[in-house]
Amino acid sequence: MIKRSFFTSKLLPYFLILPQFLVTATFFYWPALQGLVQSVMRSDPFGQHSTFIWLDNFIALFTDPLYLKSIGTTLFFSASVAAVSISIGLFIATMANRALKARALVRTMLVWPYAVAPAISGILWLFLLHPSYGVVAIAIKRWLGLDWNPVLDGKDALFMVIMASSWKQISYNFVFFIAGMQAIPGSLIEAAAMDGASPFRRFWKITLPLLSPTLFFVTVMNIIYSFFETFGVIHMMTQGGPGGATNILVYKVYQDGFIGLDLGSSAAQSIVLMTLIIVITVLQFKYVERKVQYAG
Amino acid sequence: MVGVVGIALIFLAGQALAEPITINWWHAMKGARGEVVAKMIKAFNDSQSDYVVVGTYKGNYDETINAGVAAYRAKKQPHLLQAFEVGTQTMMLSGAINPVFKLMKDEGYNIDWSGYLQPVLSYYMNADGNLMSMPFNSSTPVMYYNVDLFKKAGIPVPLSKTKPITWDELGEITAKLVKSGVAGGMVTGWQSWTQVENYSAIHNIPFATRANGYEGLDCELVINNPKVTHHVARLKKWADDKRFVYAGQKFQGPKAEFIAQKAGVYIDSISAIAKLQKAVKDFTWDVAPLPVESWMKEPQNSIIGGASLWVFNGHSKKEYKGVAAFLEHLSSPEMQMYWHKETGYFPITLKAYETLKKQGYYKENPLKEVGIKQLTRRNPTKISRGLRLGYFIQIRNIINEELELVWNGTKTPKQGLDNAVKRSNKKLREFEKIYKR
Repeated sequence: MIKRSFFTSKLLPYFLILPQFLVTATFFYWPALQGLVQSVMRSDPFGQHSTFIWLDNFIALFTDPLYLKSIGTTLFFSASVAAVSISIGLFIATMANRALKARALVRTMLVWPYAVAPAISGILWLFLLHPSYGVVAIAIKRWLGLDWNPVLDGKDALFMVIMASSWKQISYNFVFFIAGMQAIPGSLIEAAAMDGASPFRRFWKITLPLLSPTLFFVTVMNIIYSFFETFGVIHMMTQGGPGGATNILVYKVYQDGFIGLDLGSSAAQSIVLMTLIIVITVLQFKYVERKVQYAG
Repeated sequence: MVGVVGIALIFLAGQALAEPITINWWHAMKGARGEVVAKMIKAFNDSQSDYVVVGTYKGNYDETINAGVAAYRAKKQPHLLQAFEVGTQTMMLSGAINPVFKLMKDEGYNIDWSGYLQPVLSYYMNADGNLMSMPFNSSTPVMYYNVDLFKKAGIPVPLSKTKPITWDELGEITAKLVKSGVAGGMVTGWQSWTQVENYSAIHNIPFATRANGYEGLDCELVINNPKVTHHVARLKKWADDKRFVYAGQKFQGPKAEFIAQKAGVYIDSISAIAKLQKAVKDFTWDVAPLPVESWMKEPQNSIIGGASLWVFNGHSKKEYKGVAAFLEHLSSPEMQMYWHKETGYFPITLKAYETLKKQGYYKENPLKEVGIKQLTRRNPTKISRGLRLGYFIQIRNIINEELELVWNGTKTPKQGLDNAVKRSNKKLREFEKIYKR
């Protein structure tokens, strides 16, 4: 038999990637381009008249103290969500990695919250923490004597949405951490134990460094999650309030664009949001990844 | 062979019977209200064979208006779109609509608009007094109170259903409530709508310049006037001694406080009547008009909330004939009486209201008349007829935010309202730029 290469045609590879390219172009590049165009226009919702206004939408954003405040809120919110969900996720994974009898069951139970949509998670937490009808809120007020009121107090509200957003992400982190821990050879830890290293030292000097690729990946994913997917939580719990205390960038895009029909500004905000997340991710890769030790 | 003939016959029959023209109506009414809407549509479809109205639920108000925007851009707009009152300016200037007064005239309906509830119509009229959209579901805020808690606190009940109490009296009432051991005095839903927009209308205080925006896009907010500032400062003072409890921007929180008897007075839309009737089992409650300042001897009408029906342009003459017939059907006394009875929203024509009155409906349901009486107690002035602001949704948001900052003590009432005005005016200028050609 004659062995014949089917790939001599120069066009064939292009033809083969065409479907994927079309999908990406239609559902990613085209909308992104539309957003870019919209962000330099001033137009009415029905698209009857649009004017090209250079960078006015962006200038308006960055001269608005509330927008700058929203950027600050978002950064604080994301950092907190990532910190809370990573530390708790890591802690639970360490605990669950021990030889327990019901290990499989415990793990399954711990993964469950990830299947809950952010909006649902928001509602569940609201039922617990709403000052008027929340069960936990009533307990906090009665037994701890705290003046818990996320409807009025911005700090309480921010704390509440951070908890609700982290809760779900803990499960996600847990899955990755426990998978990462199982890839760590038991012999390393045993050897350290024989040398007299305390459990804490073993974790700090062996488990954590070997887990660093996972940690890095999870951090990036958590920050992206807290920038975008927490929309549902905010929408259900606080709608950005009180007094704008939980108005993170992605919620502001929705408020101005979808509810307020101010398409130019909301497109400009989307571009800023996209740029911000790209910058953060690039920075993470550039500076944090250096410290990551890939086992090999 | 038989099959072929059968198909041919069906085909011919279909040709002979003229297809009825489809009229699409996108609305935001779900649940019990959605069923009422479906019945009103069915009544129309059964009454004639030229048109078929298809009602589609498109989500809440925001989602419905967005569906309309997207459809119009794709040139697939429905004939009728239900849009909420704050979207009025956006719809009116959209260049995408066929004004209702013109549509009805073009299609040969000679409607006597004076037979409608004027404070409802006036919200949807342009500066020349022409009706731009058909009012559909309209409500207004009233004051609910817990009769049992009032009695316990030694407050004389019942309050009058037509003559409003004064804010000073409400101050005394709420003080007595708190003193008698109730957790809070009053709560309010939709604070911007009830405490700023309606407060201004009732006391004939301009909300914005240029006749509340009716007469020009260059209007500016003026809610930092001494009267409104005084009102907000009073509420803040009440908040400090529990006579007023802030429980959220919308209705869920305040309603929960009232139902849990943690507040004795609750200000919200008349549409809460049905909700409270369902939810409250363990105490008696009643309805009174909104409080008025003691210096306001002749309080104005309150203003409405709710939504109206907009007719999109770009459809054929034949279809518009059907749309007009359907709007005529919706505003008929039978439909309006049915709508009012089932949903609690206002009947929009005087005829429907008078008929219900004659039938003794309000003797049996006195609660339902409080809102109508308050809304119609005086003819609307240029100030109390409504609000016509661009980016009104954002402006309400701004007012809500600034009020929250006042309630939690971050800002003084004056600072909060000044900032609300400053921020809103910026939005108004942005809006003005879009439509200035």
